[in-house]
Amino acid sequence: MNFEWIVKVITNYWPMFLRGAGMTLFISLLGTIFGFIIGLISGVIRSMPMPESGIKKAILKFVNIILSIYVEVFRGTPMIVQAMVIYYGSAQVLNINMNRLAAALLIVSINTGAYMAEIVRGGIVSIDKGQFEAAYAVGMNHIQTMTNVVLPQVIRNILPATGNEFVINIKDTSVLNVISVTELFFQTKTVAGNNFRFFEPFFVACVLYFIMTFTVTRILRFVERKLDGPENFTMIYNPMQI
Amino acid sequence: MERVLEIVHLKKSFGTHEVLKDINFNVNKGEVVCIIGPSGSGKSTLLRCINLLEKPSGGKILYKGKNILEENHDIYAYRTKLGMVFQQFNLFNNHNVLSNCTVGQIKVLKRSKKEAEEVAMKYLRVVGMEQYINAKPKQLSGGQKQRVAIARALSMEPDVMLFDEPTSALDPELVDEVLRVMKKLAQTGLTMLIVTHEMEFAKEVADRIVFMDKGIIEEEGSPEEIFNNPKKERTRDFLRRTLK
Repeated sequence: MNFEWIVKVITNYWPMFLRGAGMTLFISLLGTIFGFIIGLISGVIRSMPMPESGIKKAILKFVNIILSIYVEVFRGTPMIVQAMVIYYGSAQVLNINMNRLAAALLIVSINTGAYMAEIVRGGIVSIDKGQFEAAYAVGMNHIQTMTNVVLPQVIRNILPATGNEFVINIKDTSVLNVISVTELFFQTKTVAGNNFRFFEPFFVACVLYFIMTFTVTRILRFVERKLDGPENFTMIYNPMQI
Repeated sequence: MERVLEIVHLKKSFGTHEVLKDINFNVNKGEVVCIIGPSGSGKSTLLRCINLLEKPSGGKILYKGKNILEENHDIYAYRTKLGMVFQQFNLFNNHNVLSNCTVGQIKVLKRSKKEAEEVAMKYLRVVGMEQYINAKPKQLSGGQKQRVAIARALSMEPDVMLFDEPTSALDPELVDEVLRVMKKLAQTGLTMLIVTHEMEFAKEVADRIVFMDKGIIEEEGSPEEIFNNPKKERTRDFLRRTLK
């Protein structure tokens, strides 16, 4: 009977499942945060107005080309293959023995960064030109305009897409088992192998994945509502106090 | 009289389309200059060129005698000397009324938060929006937004205020509240350059009227000269159509 096996798997191996789930959350959370930061930086650079002078213009063009290549390559290849290439490539070609967790974080971050770069760019494009002009008109430069006016609005607008990336990362970190990162899938595989039972351990993993993704989407919804602020505002009837 | 802005042979083209052909005029300190003319005559483009939101294709813009189109000129510092009010208000959507008026002061002029808030409150009182400091732009009417936008520009304490058709995007019943504020400002001796379609307003507040058509300044003079005794046929034509 499968049900008994499920209970058995949970009672015997719950610390392994929990550690695996913890590792999955850890990698996908940090990977999403780093990827988000990469996306923001890349978005700011790619939306910079072209400078007049030759050298600055050449540098910016060069950086833009590098960023485009980065986005296209990492969006255009599977993360499971990137994991193999980066982890074993660093060992065999560069003779660097990467820490598995560090490699996992690196892979998830730059992979997410490639997607986030496009999401942020879309977010910046969707901001009304008047917002930029008003910021320039009070004397702000590009960076000040971005940090004080544009990006706060962009971040609010791309939060749902970022949540998507986070959920995808929770699920897709399972491919990191190919470089033996002890995330949830790898742990489950170990449990399954030890017992020669496959359905029950993976069913438990399935439930754990769903709990993680569902909780994360609920939390992000809450954050979105927080960022929107209250519907109403209070009038100040005695403004002299301010 | 002290010249604040001097526009010399200013040209601007978008591709092959020449929007400004050869613009020459000055703005003196304390003067209120209204630019009138038909749509597409280049009025807004002229104002945007002065603020360098559009890059002029040729000519000079002298601010207190210095050409700001020279390469090493600090355009960010120059822009703080010009207050800009847009047709579409363009309030910062992520800031409330008060911080719309303080963010530029704090980040660009490096004023302390306390000082910036005092200055902002002073000008929010001028435009009558001091009770709304907690409101977000989306919670305000068009007229209220434009008054906050005026306060935001004033908070930078600029030498010249530029108004780009400040009432054109407003519902008719909201136009007056904005024009009232602008009249009040005109009386304080503020230097103002206003692109407008409000002829009565221009007649009343302007020290000088500039009539533009097809990228050139057709005629320039006191309100009496332009409205009662225009010299050029085109000016007469335009006024006949707009004043009726």
